[in-house]
Amino acid sequence: MSSASPAVVVDAVSKRFRVYHERNQSLKAAVMRGGRARYEEFWALRDVSLEVPVGTTFGLIGHNGSGKSTLLKCMARILRPDSGRITVTGSMSALLELGAGFHPELSGRDNVYLNGSILGLSRRELDERFDDIVEFAGLGQFIDTPVKNYSSGMYVRLGFSIAIHVEPDVLLVDEVLAVGDEAFQQRCTEKFADLKYEGRTVVLVSHALDSVRQLCDRAAWLEHGRLKDVGPPGDLLDEYVGGQRAERSTVETGGSRWGLGGARIDKVELLRPDGTPTTVARTGDSVLVRLHYTSTARIEQPVFALEIHHSSGVQVSAPNTWEARKVPDVLPPAGVVELRVDRLLLVPGVYHLSASVGDPYGRQIQDYRHHALRFSVMHGKPRESTGLVSLGGVWTLREPGAQEVRDTA
Amino acid sequence: MSARGALAEISASKELLANLTLRELRGKYKRTALGWGWSLLNPLALMATYSLVFSVLLRIEPPPGKDGLTSYPLFLLCALLPWTFVSNTMTGAMESLLQNANLIKKTYFRREILVVATVLSFLVSFGTEMAVLALAFLIVGSMVVPWLPGVALLMALLTLFASGLALLLAVVNVYFRDARYLVGIALQLWFYASPILYPIAYVNENLPGWAASLYEANPMVGFVESFRDLLYVQQAPPLATVGYLVVVSAGVFALGAWCFSRLEGRLAEEL
Ligand SMILES: Nc1ncnc2c1ncn2[C@@H]1O[C@H](COP(=O)(O)OP(=O)(O)OP(=O)(O)O)[C@@H](O)[C@H]1O
Ligand SMILES: [Mg+2]
Repeated sequence: MSSASPAVVVDAVSKRFRVYHERNQSLKAAVMRGGRARYEEFWALRDVSLEVPVGTTFGLIGHNGSGKSTLLKCMARILRPDSGRITVTGSMSALLELGAGFHPELSGRDNVYLNGSILGLSRRELDERFDDIVEFAGLGQFIDTPVKNYSSGMYVRLGFSIAIHVEPDVLLVDEVLAVGDEAFQQRCTEKFADLKYEGRTVVLVSHALDSVRQLCDRAAWLEHGRLKDVGPPGDLLDEYVGGQRAERSTVETGGSRWGLGGARIDKVELLRPDGTPTTVARTGDSVLVRLHYTSTARIEQPVFALEIHHSSGVQVSAPNTWEARKVPDVLPPAGVVELRVDRLLLVPGVYHLSASVGDPYGRQIQDYRHHALRFSVMHGKPRESTGLVSLGGVWTLREPGAQEVRDTA
Repeated sequence: MSARGALAEISASKELLANLTLRELRGKYKRTALGWGWSLLNPLALMATYSLVFSVLLRIEPPPGKDGLTSYPLFLLCALLPWTFVSNTMTGAMESLLQNANLIKKTYFRREILVVATVLSFLVSFGTEMAVLALAFLIVGSMVVPWLPGVALLMALLTLFASGLALLLAVVNVYFRDARYLVGIALQLWFYASPILYPIAYVNENLPGWAASLYEANPMVGFVESFRDLLYVQQAPPLATVGYLVVVSAGVFALGAWCFSRLEGRLAEEL
């Protein structure tokens, strides 16, 4: 397999479902309808074309009913497209919504062997991998209970464990991360990293946008069965979440602005420590916000201020140079102002940065750039998911009188 | 799909086919005290009932077999066992896709395998029963062994025939759920329209010529008579009959496989 050819090629695929008015596959109904079933056609996929390069982790996003699962099932050959072609290079395994195709009466063990043989493993190969599969799924002694008695999480864990231990070239996963507990999600995330490292291709359907952002190299956005956009997940997700493409880190347009115009903020940048502009950071990262300004009037005691809003609209932070006591007597004709943040303690999410320059009392705003920059934060250190900010705290667990037990810093 | 892909798919399927067949077999008598014993007890009970009714009460005379052997139970079993195989396969196959809806909706494999696994699991029972029947012939002193290879070939042909019907009915039943009830009735009629309980001579004696030839178009007539020829009378069945069976079986199989491949595309969404 040459590395240049894509792992999955979806070429102008359309899929039509029949929506029966009266789901009645009986003789009487057939006779009364004059032999024909009455149904409406519904296009779940319409002319979708995309390529998944070998070794990438590819995300599929879209609202409920947009056709993500349908596309994945077409890739998995479970559904047959009505037109178009799908080519998958290499071996493939899939874990579709609500777990693998288990037989409820059979034990977990028997299902491992049954599913393994569906995925093309021989009995010997399965014997070799069996312990790893059970171990990864964390099922322990439950492996010999019929799967009908499993919890939904256990079901999915076993299915996922089988799907990855087949060591497929292409792995298709639909919404599994949603059901597992935090520990399992963490293990999955690590496993996805391993798979990527091993050069395997993963196609992932998920509503967990943070995971998509974190895991995927590329993503596709489906809307009403049509492909709306394909690209790097950062931009795509920003657009998906906000309904609007995020401004580049070097902003020329976008956001609203007002002010007297004696000084202008020409550019708002978010920079990594190495100086490259970005719109994505992780909790705990070190970042730099840089404002470029020019001034045409004489402005005394200029104050620069920033505002960070969460995408929900809540203001998270609003630092300014007045309170920081960094106010020159007169603003030079041009220059940059930087705010260095050693640890960005925002929890994962999408944020807007607004910037302004004015007088200390907010009466004479020279330039106000509302939502000049949109950026997103992904999981980092400390790993926290909810709330508005992380306090950067460090957990310690102790038993009474004993030494420190664990330090998760 | 590339030839290599197809080959890989087939070789991967062997393991799956074995697995599914074993599952069917294990599942069939699971949690029963007698287990596999039922597989033999069932035809024995049928044989006892039919023998009582048709041989003792209604006094049907079986034609003489090899060396003047006349035994209604043996005469009956030569036909009843193949018939049970065909009828079980048909009813079983109709459930096979429905029962495995979960697998079909979540995983990809050649869907035919499910049907073939059902056929194979019944073939295992059929084989066991036929072995016991051969033993019974030996016990009554009839040297049946030289005819057994022929019986095996005929069983293979019957399996081809049954597989074709199984493929057809399995997939039709998904789209048209009344099929199983229609088939239930059809099997009743077919059973009596085949010379299982009675000798074929009765048909020729009591029906006009055109009706008798119509009767013989039923492939089960040929199968049943050929099994009887080989085991009970111990003579080669007429070449014309065998030829007819080969053609019909191949045709039915081709039809079943064609319908299956035509209709399997939308299985996952119809189940
Ligand atoms: N077997 C089916 N028969 C008829 N319609 C179907 C069938 N399967 C899916 N659909 C329809 O196709 C559309 C796309 O469904 P699909 O499951 O692909 O959505 P999705 O993007 O995965 O949504 P979700 O985010 O809720 O998982 C939906 O409107 C659904 O109702
Ligand atoms: Mg879905």
